[in-house]
Amino acid sequence: MTPVVEAQELRRTYRTTTGITRRRAIDIEAVRGVSFEIAEGELFGLLGPNGAGKTTTIKMLITLLIPTSGTARVLGLDVVKDAREVRKRIGYVFGGERGLYERLSAYDNLRYFAELYAVPPREQRTRIDSLLELVGLKGREKERVEGYSRGMRQRLHIARGLLHDPPVIFLDEPTIGVDPVGARELRATIASLTEAGKTVLLTTHYMFEADSLCDRVAVISKGEIVAEGTPQNLKSIVADKTVVEIETFGISDETVERLRQAPGVASVSVEEREQAQVLHVQSAKGLELTQSLLGMLDGVAIGRVAAREPTLEDAYVALVDAGLG
Amino acid sequence: MRNARLLGLGFLFHFKMLSRSGFNGLLAIVYPLFFATVAFFLFREGSPHALLYASLGASVMGVWSATSTSAGSALQRERWHGTLELLVAAPTHFSLVMLPITIAMSAVGIYSMAATLIWGRVLFGIDLHIAHPVSFVLAIPVTVISIGMFGFLIAVAFVRYRTAWALGNLLEYPVWLICGFLVPLTLFPSWVQPISWILAPTWGMRGIRQSALGGTPIPDIAICAGLGLAYTAIGVLLVDHLLRSARENATLALT
Repeated sequence: MTPVVEAQELRRTYRTTTGITRRRAIDIEAVRGVSFEIAEGELFGLLGPNGAGKTTTIKMLITLLIPTSGTARVLGLDVVKDAREVRKRIGYVFGGERGLYERLSAYDNLRYFAELYAVPPREQRTRIDSLLELVGLKGREKERVEGYSRGMRQRLHIARGLLHDPPVIFLDEPTIGVDPVGARELRATIASLTEAGKTVLLTTHYMFEADSLCDRVAVISKGEIVAEGTPQNLKSIVADKTVVEIETFGISDETVERLRQAPGVASVSVEEREQAQVLHVQSAKGLELTQSLLGMLDGVAIGRVAAREPTLEDAYVALVDAGLG
Repeated sequence: MRNARLLGLGFLFHFKMLSRSGFNGLLAIVYPLFFATVAFFLFREGSPHALLYASLGASVMGVWSATSTSAGSALQRERWHGTLELLVAAPTHFSLVMLPITIAMSAVGIYSMAATLIWGRVLFGIDLHIAHPVSFVLAIPVTVISIGMFGFLIAVAFVRYRTAWALGNLLEYPVWLICGFLVPLTLFPSWVQPISWILAPTWGMRGIRQSALGGTPIPDIAICAGLGLAYTAIGVLLVDHLLRSARENATLALT
């Protein structure tokens, strides 16, 4: 079966300049030979840290950027040669506050984009009404967008992306900055898209989101795909590991680096949680490292300590660390 | 049919948005009054005919200023709001997206035009006696739309070169002069005149004046409309090339 989205050896280089009197051009390779395929009705996740090349990849697929080399096809159409035809068949939603006309109402925003996406005039009202219902903004559509919360804006973005009922939808970090309840509602909406037969490419760096939503995921690091498979496949990378979580307060970078070098430690990641820094230390299963790790944290204020099974996030950290190494 | 609907609704959408800011609306009315006042004082020793000449010139200055300075800043706003990429990602030809935006901007200048004429009537007693009312009513929208089309040409360049808004600001004052808003073109060196001939505001201004003061405005109005269409045609031809360049050079997302 022909894939709905197909990227082959996609590369994208950005040129920037430094200096004022002696300007020097610098080429930055944001995406270095990315290849993947997405089947019809699949929800495919592209995971990676900030600056890994997720947004650049998505922008090449939605025709906003021309690849430096390589090819990409959506529904069999080339994203460079058949850009307008591709645009008719895709929806694009990105996260954050931007992308809306704030001084106008949600209804006006949707009406304008319905016109730009050639939704037949007779269908516009019913389409907009049903989408407002879908994203839970019914009753608030006459209010100016400037008064909307971040979650409401994000839901409006999704409604905008679905106006022309596209078979393929690109979601670029759609839940970023949304509160937990709002993010859960958004995830339910995203899950309903594949139930409706849509093919979805989702970029995120929230692993639980990818784990709960995606049929398959690819991890991108420094512009290259370092792993691809189902969330279960990726978790198996760290199946032979165990994870110790240590809540610390005010730990220095040097101490974290010392932990990384400790015998038996496979990787260490640091998660900032308000005042605390939570260390996720991966090591081989069966190896009891907790006491020796705590010994190395002498002088650092320590809160909760727990051992747990590895998650997709741990697999992701291991892959990204390996990619950075 | 779809294109006409898109242009009409696009215009209404952006005009509504531009009119929503009370502060901007106030500026559109108050700002040209300063120019109008200066113009009236310059011409106050002249005949009522000369005062009306100045009043009409000052009123078109408002339309031009609204377009030349806003065309760039409005697109800058599209960049800041992240909507520029969404407009480009839509399957509609980009000229059909841009044109209503710039015409909406010049239409905002109608506020300034009305304010200037009322200011002249109330403060300086300038009687707006119109010799050819039908031509006058025709000349105003033709001038406004042609100026909007000129703004479209500037805006198309801005899509690729994000600092092109400076060009709009740069053009504001020279166009006042070389399009004869306040000073007759005959006072300028002969090499200036061919430049003014290719600028639609020159002919729009002449059409409005000929309609009000008496003369044969139709040829001027027709040339103004023709130039507006020519700017649009050039913009449409350039837009695909500039958009491709913007996609190659990754400048769409830059603010």
